[in-house]
Amino acid sequence: MKSDMGSGKAIALHLVVIAGLFGLGFILPEYHHGVLARVMVLAVFAMGYNILFGYAGLLSLGHAMFFAVGLYGAGLTMIHLGWGAPAGFAAGVVAGAVLALGVGVLALRTTGVAFMIVTMMFSQVFYLLTLYFSAWTRGDEGLVIPQARRGLDLGAMRLDFTDPMTRYMLALGLFATVLLLTLGVARSGFGRVLVAIRENEERTKMLGYDTFANKLSAVVLSGTFCATAGAAYALLFGYVGSTFASVQYSIFPLLWVLLGGAATTLGPFLGTLFMYYVVDIASGYTSAYMLIVGLLLILLILYFPKGVLGTVRERWLRWLP
Amino acid sequence: MTPLLTTHGLSRDFGGLKAVDTVDFSLLPGEIRAIIGPNGAGKTTFVSLVCGRILPSAGRIVFDGRDITGLPAHKRVRLGIAYTFQITSVFARLSAYDNVALAFQRAQSGRSVHAGVMEALERTGLAGRAKETAGAMAYGHQRLLEVAMGLALKPRLLILDEPTQGLSDGEIAGFIALVREIARDATVLLIEHNMHVVMELAQRITVMEAGRILAEGTPQEIRDNVAVQEAYLGGAVEATS
Ligand SMILES: Nc1ncnc2c1ncn2[C@@H]1O[C@H](COP(=O)(O)OP(=O)(O)OP(=O)(O)O)[C@@H](O)[C@H]1O
Ligand SMILES: [Mg+2]
Repeated sequence: MKSDMGSGKAIALHLVVIAGLFGLGFILPEYHHGVLARVMVLAVFAMGYNILFGYAGLLSLGHAMFFAVGLYGAGLTMIHLGWGAPAGFAAGVVAGAVLALGVGVLALRTTGVAFMIVTMMFSQVFYLLTLYFSAWTRGDEGLVIPQARRGLDLGAMRLDFTDPMTRYMLALGLFATVLLLTLGVARSGFGRVLVAIRENEERTKMLGYDTFANKLSAVVLSGTFCATAGAAYALLFGYVGSTFASVQYSIFPLLWVLLGGAATTLGPFLGTLFMYYVVDIASGYTSAYMLIVGLLLILLILYFPKGVLGTVRERWLRWLP
Repeated sequence: MTPLLTTHGLSRDFGGLKAVDTVDFSLLPGEIRAIIGPNGAGKTTFVSLVCGRILPSAGRIVFDGRDITGLPAHKRVRLGIAYTFQITSVFARLSAYDNVALAFQRAQSGRSVHAGVMEALERTGLAGRAKETAGAMAYGHQRLLEVAMGLALKPRLLILDEPTQGLSDGEIAGFIALVREIARDATVLLIEHNMHVVMELAQRITVMEAGRILAEGTPQEIRDNVAVQEAYLGGAVEATS
């Protein structure tokens, strides 16, 4: 069957990308080394968003809350409760899953524009809470997790998250895990049902699928991935601030995914990487860099309406997952 | 024999309109039943109540001895009620193969998906079109794809809502043979305007008009029923038989 042939190629492609990033870890100059570590963590955020938006077709405008709940879940427990890095990380991930479940149950009563608004409202509430409880969060200014806390003692050896190479490899480990999980989801029965819901929800229901339960699972998985990215961000980069809960961090993953290609496994990474460098380079030339970013987005939508990889798949590589 | 499906006083209003009006209906297992009636008689609304796409304003539905009136649609499908839409509702951007695979995947995990999907496509004459994008297929073939998806669900009750719309005469002959074969291990409820298909297939016919059951009987009884002729059939039966 055609999909079996494609499946070998697809898995090989993903392993090559991961191996390539591993190799780059040893040869990139310092600056780009740091950028790529950050981009890989943010790409996990984008991949989480892609599960819900790309596969299930649900456009959320509130995913900043999931990234931020992971960030704060790890940061607050480590700073105020004195938890270690693994416990803090776990707290962030679990907080993300729980929040996603709660938000999902309520927000999935709506669809379309109402869903966008409801998710955005929830996220705004979360953002305001991070400001309101500034006694603990220090609001906009944010918290810095002390360097000494950002590490892991393994017997005689210490894994120091502030060391660039360690940080890069941990970011890569997380990125690779979530990438392969996304590939697994895309190829699974669950992934196909999400696509079916996106394409025609009523039909899917009449094939005997509990579409609500499937959408809720997608929200929880998506929120958990995003929170994992947030928790990792806190550990690896040490800063926890309410900017990450603001509305622009709900827009970013949407842009990254649209750019790279919704419902493609590698698109979110590509979109995140591209956008990071465009902003980086443009802001070096002019303070009106958002204008350049906007122009580029328009050009991309004109020539790559389904995002880079979505269009590549449509025109050339049908097997691309 | 105990009926597979019964409805008691089943009603559904849309605003002031009684689309389905206190319908008592009963269907025996293994039967091929046709529902006929003029446009707007309430046929689609009635079967939509049975499969759970819409909820009744009043009345009860019993399937296989179990009250399913409040059961969500997907659970009814799992009990064995499959519905093919009157207004074609396939996954337009997926291939015909993937459309059927989605139906098969849930209904009978365990068996080889490929074999099951190809069987459903073959029975509906679509095997050669497995890779075609559903939305790009001819209308009649999309109707058959709906039937293939219904088949892949291995239903106990298969509801077909005007399945022959857009089919050629040759395809209709094939379709009649297919429904006969399906009826060997399933009950078939068929809404159909083509009187030739109805007379060929149905063991009993229910005639609806303005939300109510006007008459019910064997094809011969319905043909001879004066009220039915006045309300609906006109010269249609003579013309096609
Ligand atoms: N969702 C709805 N909202 C309002 N009115 C509806 C709705 N669905 C059906 N109706 C009305 O209910 C009546 C019965 O419609 P229904 O579709 O059940 O008829 P039908 O017998 O299937 O007709 P046809 O042969 O044209 O398919 C019609 O008057 C129709 O306009
Ligand atoms: Mg109808």
